[in-house]
Amino acid sequence: MNARPGPNPQSATAAIRSENVCRHYPMGQSLIRAVDGISIQVSSGEFVALLGTSGSGKSSLLNLIAGLDRPTSGAVIVEGKDLARMSREELAKHRLHTVGMVFQSFNLIPSMTVIENVALPLRFAEVDRSQRDSLARAALDRVGLSLRLDHRPTELSGGEQQRTSLARALINRPKLLLADEPTGNLDSKTGTEIMKLIREFNQSLGMTVVMVTHERALAEQYAQRLIFLADGKLIDEKSNVAAVAESPIPGGRA
Amino acid sequence: MKAYDLAELAVRNLKESVLRNSLTTVGISVGVASLVAMLSLGIGLQQLATRRLVRSGLFDTVVVTSRRDLRNFNRADDSSGGPAPAESPALDEPARQQIEKLPNVVEAYPDLRFITSFTYEDKPHLTMVAGIPPSYKTNDAFEGLQGSFFSADAAPEVVLQKTFAAELLGKTAKPGTDEAPVAQLAAPLLGKEMTMRYAERVSAPAVPETAPSAKVGLHPLTEGNDSQEAATYSIVSHELKVKIVGVTDLDPDSMRGPVRARVLLPLKLIESLHVVQPTALRDTTQAANKAPTYSTVSVRVKDPAKIQLVEDAVKKMGFNTFSMLDATRSLRRFFAVLDLFLGIFGSLALAVASIGIVNTLVMAILERRREIGIMKAIGASDGDVKKLFFAEAGVMGALGGALGVALGWTIGRVINAGTNIYLKRQELAPEQIWFVPWWLVVGAIGFAILVSFISGLYPAARAARLDPVQALRYE
Repeated sequence: MNARPGPNPQSATAAIRSENVCRHYPMGQSLIRAVDGISIQVSSGEFVALLGTSGSGKSSLLNLIAGLDRPTSGAVIVEGKDLARMSREELAKHRLHTVGMVFQSFNLIPSMTVIENVALPLRFAEVDRSQRDSLARAALDRVGLSLRLDHRPTELSGGEQQRTSLARALINRPKLLLADEPTGNLDSKTGTEIMKLIREFNQSLGMTVVMVTHERALAEQYAQRLIFLADGKLIDEKSNVAAVAESPIPGGRA
Repeated sequence: MKAYDLAELAVRNLKESVLRNSLTTVGISVGVASLVAMLSLGIGLQQLATRRLVRSGLFDTVVVTSRRDLRNFNRADDSSGGPAPAESPALDEPARQQIEKLPNVVEAYPDLRFITSFTYEDKPHLTMVAGIPPSYKTNDAFEGLQGSFFSADAAPEVVLQKTFAAELLGKTAKPGTDEAPVAQLAAPLLGKEMTMRYAERVSAPAVPETAPSAKVGLHPLTEGNDSQEAATYSIVSHELKVKIVGVTDLDPDSMRGPVRARVLLPLKLIESLHVVQPTALRDTTQAANKAPTYSTVSVRVKDPAKIQLVEDAVKKMGFNTFSMLDATRSLRRFFAVLDLFLGIFGSLALAVASIGIVNTLVMAILERRREIGIMKAIGASDGDVKKLFFAEAGVMGALGGALGVALGWTIGRVINAGTNIYLKRQELAPEQIWFVPWWLVVGAIGFAILVSFISGLYPAARAARLDPVQALRYE
């Protein structure tokens, strides 16, 4: 509808901007409106939480931002580029270089060791074999996992698996970190550790973070802004002063 | 993704379900093995057939005759242009040398032959004698020669055809019974001497000096015709002691082994003896040339494919030619068709195996759906996923191909060995009926990889099209 090409002046520092974006699936006779006309904007270096009950469309919106899915209508502009206009090849490049993803179920490849899982995006980026190992070690070091690098994911605890997954998301130095219920499968202590890591990436690396969660408390503790969704629509938006105040570098680094 | 990453990931993925992928690979190797076994037998049979023919000179010999010799081959050619027989050139030594200088000609040698008698242990034996050029020493016409080839180009030595050897020993095989082995015939004869009678042509006026080789001087019988010097010659009868140096089982009816001659002499020796030739009478009546002419000249060609060129060149000189070009052409066509059919039957198993590849890869997509989703989520493009499945198909094809070639080679060897055991029981010489040329090895592996890639087309495209969102939801 108002999907104009190119960023408007207001969104000069916008990392993510969705304009009336829709994602509808046909399901039998009916139409599922997973995302139904959402317009949001996330600034560079911001930490935003998408909140809602299950089926509210928060994961679908995250998938659209990640370039895993395409909108039925509307525009999703990430780092100045409209994902709706990208080819499949360009979307793959976007997922490889612009975004890093973390999932509730970790999504590590079970046949690969920790270090191989972390280095996998480097293979897709055609990084030389000689550099891959040191880059993967550095990323794992950042998430506090420097031992058990040759173990398979099934031999690790949930927290260690999510750390591995975070290291993999970091490996190509993306500008965006998209986290889909990152603590959903973890106990509260481990969950806190993971959230602290995510906040550290947001603050020290200046990564823009969009986190999907249904735990309001978690969102309020870490995110600078909360976006509430229900039935595929944006119902509320709230700046979280407490989290901003807690940040050593408010707003992060651009 | 880089090629080595693709290969590494492909091999790793194949190892993950090692049993299923091994079975698929074995399927491919059985297909390749049947292809290799069939084709190697086809090629082996072709070589078996052509080996015989090449040895007989069918493939690379052009027989040149004079157009003056009206009794000869290619009489139909008389109507196809060229000089009339009476005006055509004589087939003599200068003509032979000229033919030898033509491109693609290895050698051109006259066919010198005569019927004479040999005395061995006081018993006379009548047979055809022919001269053979020194090149016979190196070509395979005398494969299996017992004894040795002539010690010099004009040595007074003979090689016997084995039926004549049997005759000398009084061991002529009765029809229907097996012939005695050459080695058995050669043993008592090698190194022995026999006496050959021959008639020398001496240009008139006949003042024959006694040839050094003529041990028993006969009175020369002169039949000169003084009035026409050019066509006048004398015929002097001589005897020459020759040593038996070899016995061959060369087929006397084959073409290169001079037809039906059972005693072979060095060509140079025959030339030096000036033995009167059947063409002598023709020379007399036609009076074309003072010099003696040859009835035929055999021209050996560098490459069977060049036969037509040489034939055309010789025809242009005004001679008749004869070769088995058409016969070899149809023989080759036959084997090409045979190989084609063997190849098609061999490929059937490979076609079945390719369905196995499709099945395996489609199963792999179902099993690795989530994994494909993860790879796409972290940045793998459609192309990366497609290439990965292609690589897996290719690795199975390459492994199956290599294994199949080894298996096919073994099967061929076993069939060959079995055939030879059978041949031995039938008291026949062993034959190589199976041959795996290098191009078949390379071709079979290449073909297996190609078939695997084609089989991988559908699964790879399917994997690449997977929707990552749905794939990630899949547990």
